[in-house]
Amino acid sequence: MAHIKLDNELPGIRGLMAYRPEMAEPLNALAEVLLRDDNNTLTRGERELIGAYVSYLNDCFFCQNVHGALAGHYLKCDIDEVEQIKQDFQSAEISPKIKALLSIAGSVQKGGKQVTAGQIENAKGAGATDIEIHDTVLIAASFCMFNRYVDGLGTWAPQDKQFYVERAPRRAEEGYKSSVYR
Amino acid sequence: MAHIPVEAHLPGITGLLEYRKDTAQPIRELTQILLRGPSTLTEGERELIATVVSNGNKCKFCTAAHTAAADLYLGDKETCEMVKTDISSAPVSEKMKALLIIADKVREGGKLVTTAHIEKAKAEGATDLEIHDTVLIAALFCLYNKYVDGLGTALPEEAGYFDVLADRLINHGYMRLPQGYDHLKKTN
Repeated sequence: MAHIKLDNELPGIRGLMAYRPEMAEPLNALAEVLLRDDNNTLTRGERELIGAYVSYLNDCFFCQNVHGALAGHYLKCDIDEVEQIKQDFQSAEISPKIKALLSIAGSVQKGGKQVTAGQIENAKGAGATDIEIHDTVLIAASFCMFNRYVDGLGTWAPQDKQFYVERAPRRAEEGYKSSVYR
Repeated sequence: MAHIPVEAHLPGITGLLEYRKDTAQPIRELTQILLRGPSTLTEGERELIATVVSNGNKCKFCTAAHTAAADLYLGDKETCEMVKTDISSAPVSEKMKALLIIADKVREGGKLVTTAHIEKAKAEGATDLEIHDTVLIAALFCLYNKYVDGLGTALPEEAGYFDVLADRLINHGYMRLPQGYDHLKKTN
């Protein structure tokens, strides 16, 4: 049960967004531009993977399953494969660039100062642009916010992972700005 | 030097918000409504929450900026300094102490907020909305602190920088200035 009276039964961040719609608007706008805007050289799947990985590191069940399912939807892999990437991305069959960016995202999760010049050089060497590095850091930082918001207020989350997989195609199509809390 | 090319005259978060204005816009809007919008918490109290979180995350730029803003709102420098040192002995209300402790737990990790922390805040008179906003302010400043330090942004060269910034945060808030920030470039 959530720490505060939300007056709705919606899980995770959706219950919080219905409770405080005036704040849901910029939160959704941020998710939309960072994760879904097509004016970006990182694919939607790659960006969702960064969000899922950071949520996994923060142990936020709701966010890692929502965004893991979306990553799986875009990257065309099942939840077991997404799970393997979250647990050990270095051995996964993903590009060296994405590995370098996930490594940066992991450091941001621990603390901004943990990101080293070596990690940045490694990402650039693997072909990452400045904007891709910027977006990786901001996606990781944003999920540190979303995860804390969701867990800091003690929201509930459906435990069946299939629930998230089934919702992913609709969220992918409709985006974050429409009907997140419906 | 920052990990990405930001403008030299814009230290800390200010260069990042100008580097990518389309992601900056919703972050600015969220901050404006959370820290300046209608609330039963004063602007000074909300700036204290931002300061405690930034200080706990050891983000020098954000700590200095929001300390300066909180000092102006509160009319003294001691309160903020004491809150950063020890919340329990700081000269703020018992309700604020309970909310600042919740904020500090959120900073460490969302799951560290316990029912006891929430009960304590409610017993001291905190409303559900105040608890909600405290958690979201704390979470938002984790975003800021990680963004600012994760991209290795620079601190300002002049000590007086934060007084000018605090004045802007109080008189203009968190939205982008219509004229941008070129006027901050050094003319010499």
